[in-house]
Amino acid sequence: MEADYAALKRGGFMRQVQKNRFSLRLKVVGGNLTAEQIETVARVSREFGKGYVHLTSRQGVEIPFIRLEDVNAVGEALRAGGVDTGVCGPRVRTVTACQGSSVCPSGCIETSELAVEISARYYGRSLPHKFKFGVTGCQNNCLKAEENDVGVKGAYIVRWFKEDCTLCGVCLKVCREDALSEKDGEIVLDAARCTYCGRCAKSCPTDAWRGESAYLLSFGGMFGNKIAKGRAVLPAFREKERLFRVTDAALDFFDAHAKEGERFRTAIERGGWDLFENKILEAYNG
Amino acid sequence: MDKLENMPAADAALDITDAVCPITFVRAKAALEELDAGAVLALRMNDGEPVQNVPRSVKEEGHKILKLADNGDGTYTLFVRKTAEV
Repeated sequence: MEADYAALKRGGFMRQVQKNRFSLRLKVVGGNLTAEQIETVARVSREFGKGYVHLTSRQGVEIPFIRLEDVNAVGEALRAGGVDTGVCGPRVRTVTACQGSSVCPSGCIETSELAVEISARYYGRSLPHKFKFGVTGCQNNCLKAEENDVGVKGAYIVRWFKEDCTLCGVCLKVCREDALSEKDGEIVLDAARCTYCGRCAKSCPTDAWRGESAYLLSFGGMFGNKIAKGRAVLPAFREKERLFRVTDAALDFFDAHAKEGERFRTAIERGGWDLFENKILEAYNG
Repeated sequence: MDKLENMPAADAALDITDAVCPITFVRAKAALEELDAGAVLALRMNDGEPVQNVPRSVKEEGHKILKLADNGDGTYTLFVRKTAEV
């Protein structure tokens, strides 16, 4: 049987060291699987693999030791049980996410639904090289946003309301950036120091600090053969439509400016950050 | 450093300067459970992680924070009024 390795790779089948054996990558969005999906994966790994799965570094699940002749049967068995196969190669990969504000007390934004939306819009889209999205709910950065080609980080844009403040002193201590001070019965925010972590709002006993959920984006991160930290080129902003305008522009830039086989970061640096930032700002401003 | 006479009156006191997270909060929670609704607990804790995290945890439990006092010796005292609704 002649194998089309490129097609198999596109469908998530990773060639193993062992002849005619494949580690099958599954589609996982935002690190969440339902109980039904887990049961399906367990069944398929027992029936077609070796009865175990491998958890990848990016919240993925792979079933190793799938035989070439079982590739179609495995795909059908998975789909029947509500599980999709993943993708490898030069395209948009698994969208990762932490649990975000719907589960985690530290979360500044909802992350799971956002990961699903990003995945629905871009997952599997062919590009000059692999492309990774990661969504993290707050500055604690459990999901390591800046390792990704595009990282989304949850933020709070905070405001202080004098009439609700008792000057208890909690916010002055919980701010890790020394951005807050008390002066003549008022709390003063040094905007240049604020990292939008939202700790003041989350800790404030009287909700005199109020936070609005916002996104902080980073671009051009990678953490493989070459390591580079994604760079923030925009201020924190609130609107989800704006987020997608910007990510559309980032992917279009990559498509238009990268050489085949070139990572996003390399393409940005070759074209120049100025050019990239202009494109991003254009989309940001709508 | 904050002056003692400016502090709220406390019904009970707990020192958690010898504990680390998450035991700091566990002990605070246990102490609050012992109190009647409306009573005030003076909670002494270390600078750093305890003072950054315990106030938020206490707030999330629904209790009322009255004041965070700087004791001037690397410790802080958080005055907490126990909530009625537990």
